[in-house]
Amino acid sequence: MEAHTLTFEPDDRYNAFLTTCTKAPHGEGPLCGVTVAVKDNISTQGIETTCASKILKGYIPPYNAHVVWLLRQSGAAIVGKTNMDEFGMGTTTENSAFGPTLNPRDTGRVPGGSSGGSAAAIAGGMVRMALGTDTGGSIRCPAAFCGIVGMKPTYGRVSRYGLIAYANSLEQIGPMAQNVSDVSTLMGVIAGYDRRDSTLQDRPYTHTPSADIKGLRIGIPKEYFGAGVDPAVAGAVTKAIGRLEELGATTLPCSIPSMEYALAAYYVTCTCEASSNLARFDGVRYGPAADTKKSWHDAFREVRRAGFGTEVRRRIMLGTFALSSGYYGKYYAKAQIARENVKKDFARIFSDVDVLAGPTMPTIAFKLGEKSDPLAMYLTDILTVPVNLAGIPAISVPCGKVEGMPVGLQIMGRPWEDERVIDVAYAYEQAVS
Amino acid sequence: MATEQEVHHIAELADVGINTEELSTFTHQFNAILDYFDVLDRVKGDTAGTRDLCNVMREDIPEPSLPREAVLQNAAATEDGFIKAPRVM
Amino acid sequence: MDGQVIVGLEVHCQLDTKSKLFCGCSTDYRSDGPNTHVCPVCLGLPGSMPVLNRRSIEYAMRVAKALNCSVLEESEFSRKNYFYPDLDKAYQITQYDKPLAEGGYLEIEGDEGGEKRIRITRIHVEEDPGRLVHMGTAERGRYSLVDYNRAGIPLIEIVSEPDMRSPKEARKFLNKLRATLEYLSVFDSEKEGSLRVDANISIRGSERVEVKNITSYKGVEKALTFEVTRQKNLLRRGQKVERETRHFLEARGITQSSRSKEQEHDYRYFPEPDLRPLHVHSWLQDIELPELPDARRERFITQYGCSLNHARTLTGDLRLANFYETVVSPDPVTLATLADTWISDTLIGELNYRNMNIDAVDPAAFTGLLGLLRMGVITDKSGTEVLRVMLDQHKNHQPCEKPAVIVERLNLRKVSATNIGDTAADISAKSGVEPDLSIQSNPIVTAITEVLTEHPGAVDDFMKGKKGAFNFLVGQVMKKTRGCADPGEVNRLLAEELNKEGA
Repeated sequence: MEAHTLTFEPDDRYNAFLTTCTKAPHGEGPLCGVTVAVKDNISTQGIETTCASKILKGYIPPYNAHVVWLLRQSGAAIVGKTNMDEFGMGTTTENSAFGPTLNPRDTGRVPGGSSGGSAAAIAGGMVRMALGTDTGGSIRCPAAFCGIVGMKPTYGRVSRYGLIAYANSLEQIGPMAQNVSDVSTLMGVIAGYDRRDSTLQDRPYTHTPSADIKGLRIGIPKEYFGAGVDPAVAGAVTKAIGRLEELGATTLPCSIPSMEYALAAYYVTCTCEASSNLARFDGVRYGPAADTKKSWHDAFREVRRAGFGTEVRRRIMLGTFALSSGYYGKYYAKAQIARENVKKDFARIFSDVDVLAGPTMPTIAFKLGEKSDPLAMYLTDILTVPVNLAGIPAISVPCGKVEGMPVGLQIMGRPWEDERVIDVAYAYEQAVS
Repeated sequence: MATEQEVHHIAELADVGINTEELSTFTHQFNAILDYFDVLDRVKGDTAGTRDLCNVMREDIPEPSLPREAVLQNAAATEDGFIKAPRVM
Repeated sequence: MDGQVIVGLEVHCQLDTKSKLFCGCSTDYRSDGPNTHVCPVCLGLPGSMPVLNRRSIEYAMRVAKALNCSVLEESEFSRKNYFYPDLDKAYQITQYDKPLAEGGYLEIEGDEGGEKRIRITRIHVEEDPGRLVHMGTAERGRYSLVDYNRAGIPLIEIVSEPDMRSPKEARKFLNKLRATLEYLSVFDSEKEGSLRVDANISIRGSERVEVKNITSYKGVEKALTFEVTRQKNLLRRGQKVERETRHFLEARGITQSSRSKEQEHDYRYFPEPDLRPLHVHSWLQDIELPELPDARRERFITQYGCSLNHARTLTGDLRLANFYETVVSPDPVTLATLADTWISDTLIGELNYRNMNIDAVDPAAFTGLLGLLRMGVITDKSGTEVLRVMLDQHKNHQPCEKPAVIVERLNLRKVSATNIGDTAADISAKSGVEPDLSIQSNPIVTAITEVLTEHPGAVDDFMKGKKGAFNFLVGQVMKKTRGCADPGEVNRLLAEELNKEGA
């Protein structure tokens, strides 16, 4: 089937790739010969898949993620696996066991995360398209920081089979590219039914972007322009929304009261799920060997201590704590109610407006090493996580610059209206290019 | 407030291991984060939302398993088709 | 009432589906090598996702209905988190606060006679972990070997209320439960390792002990009997029963405290995010239950005239009940009672003695044996012998002879003083075996004559009024006729002969 070979020898000065496929095979199809990079938490049969963690060093999956199979069916050339925050846990791609990825726009800054490698590979011109994964903003944040386009699809639109889970109930695989058209094309390839993902719904994507947004009602949530958001970033985004109005859209102020606790709900949920998901890495079936001469508890602890980075261990412990006896009601159960409230807030707002618009990130890309306190880092996810809690689609599209660094305009839509979100981003992109 | 003792217990429960110098930093960060999580105490409501998707099942039809080489290929140690693991006794 | 034994059971049974609970791997792994029925899902490979097997839920619903449980409007799967080398994902997908079904009962024969209801707390579905083999020695280092073939086999867990009052009642509950599951065609008790039981046992007024790792039906009664004795002894000595988990060591018949640090579990349950909730309550009305053990027992009593006890025994095991009905089917009117007695009183004992099960017996051959007994061709004693030969032949993988052939080969035909000709014709007519016409004289009379000649002392004693001497002489005659003679007839003829001598 894969009759062709594409030679791929990029100058990876940004450390975007963990693995490159120098001779990338590909077949015929709509993406024939298109270079596509795949985030390293997506299983690729025969190609090392590490999640940027020492605990999976050397792991060669014996099977393909559904999206990888779809990519190969489409004729795409999978040219490599991209760097990321270990297991997706981070906002900067500094938490990689194999060194940080640098931002191609300014190598003194982070590319954002956790899909920083995918974003840098595109922004650095090494590939045309890439797959990222978005648990709490991990596609949109690096897209915003690197000045590219990235979309988190509606939860249940793209199969997660083969995605090495960090927080199952929140994350989706999504497309990243230089422009909205390519994002839309890649979305068409990866959205498809797969009976191996029980949370998937059969909603194929066959859309061609349209720049006509006349009559579109855009909600402007005040929380996206409030405290903690860099006024310069807010200004760039407000200006972009003005362009959308010029194209015939109307705007309406609105509010998402549940944002008060959305970030806490997000971090409780993702750490709880992660603590369980990452328990299987014990050095028995894959990964660096557990010492079989020791008792299993000692052997597992040793493997996991050596194999996981600090942030991963911190999140595993947070989740373990939040689920432990006596705390479930205070943390996990409350977080699920909070999540329901976030969904209800969105549902209420979406009865009056078609999409919501605001900044993707509260600031431009951080300098390398700038954020060292975990909580301070978590707080920067505040504008991206509500979308994951509610399972709705959202896209980040570049909208100008602040201090020479790109700013991302975030468009959020109703569940299953990925097409509309794409159209708004496309309309904006066409208007400014 | 989580004590160092509690944090150590959690590290054991999660089997991630923790040394003494990490313990105080972790405990400090832990408490900052847990304080932030306290905002959830203000959450009101229930989870009786819409469950649009339920009863997702497959038919009981056997499908091919992986070849044994593929099952064992990533294991650090194997013996007679088994995967080798630490002792439990 | 202090001192009363209180037992509750948690029974895990493998559901007899074709594929595993969350993946398509075949469940038919027992004759294959390790790790041959494994895929990314049941090996817990990163990125794999579970998909629920519909039939496992249908099977569990059948059980719920048969055990009079109510099925919840919404149930869901949860993760039970703990580390162990046989647990591929380091969590077990099970059901926790929203199980499939709750609140039913199963009726058993209580220790005080009569039916007794054992309440069922809940029923849920979960996956089996892999299998560990312990290797190495203390000197050269120990390690484990893991086979994931069993990982992901669907299990049903049935939890009872602490309603049993003795190890015997616990065994009866388990047997009744097994029979019910087999009648429902959801469980095969013959498959190795298909059943595991955890038991909670306490002496009223004292702490409760959990006994884990019981893997056989007999083991339950054994483990619990051991615990009752242990706990009562502790109390008798004025000591306390400690609340703890103990493991049953089947080979030694004892329980042993498993007081390790690893035992302090905090399972951190939360809903499995990769599976959707179940709303299957409405399926219940479409489930048609087959005839269950209690109904079949009543039918055996009315249709075949079985005694309550025999009916209970026969219907307490699906295979046995089916065997009985097959055996009597050629002629229920004449065979029903005979088959009932022979199966319940003789066959089961002979099978147990040989550690064989009912599948080893050809119903047609057994019907043939009953025919020989009914026609008076052989005595009950010879019948037992023929049966033993049949079972031994099967056990030793020898060619299986028909009962009539065995009778002829071993010369077991009933020896009679009066109806030799008839019997020979009967054998021929009823069993298709050529009659042995060489038997012409009366062998009982011959044997008596010989015995009286060989034991003049005993004859003397008899004449002097020693009653014991008569029994001795009967025994000698029976010995000479190798048990083929009808004892009643021997008695009568011997008395006649002695009277002649005394005259």
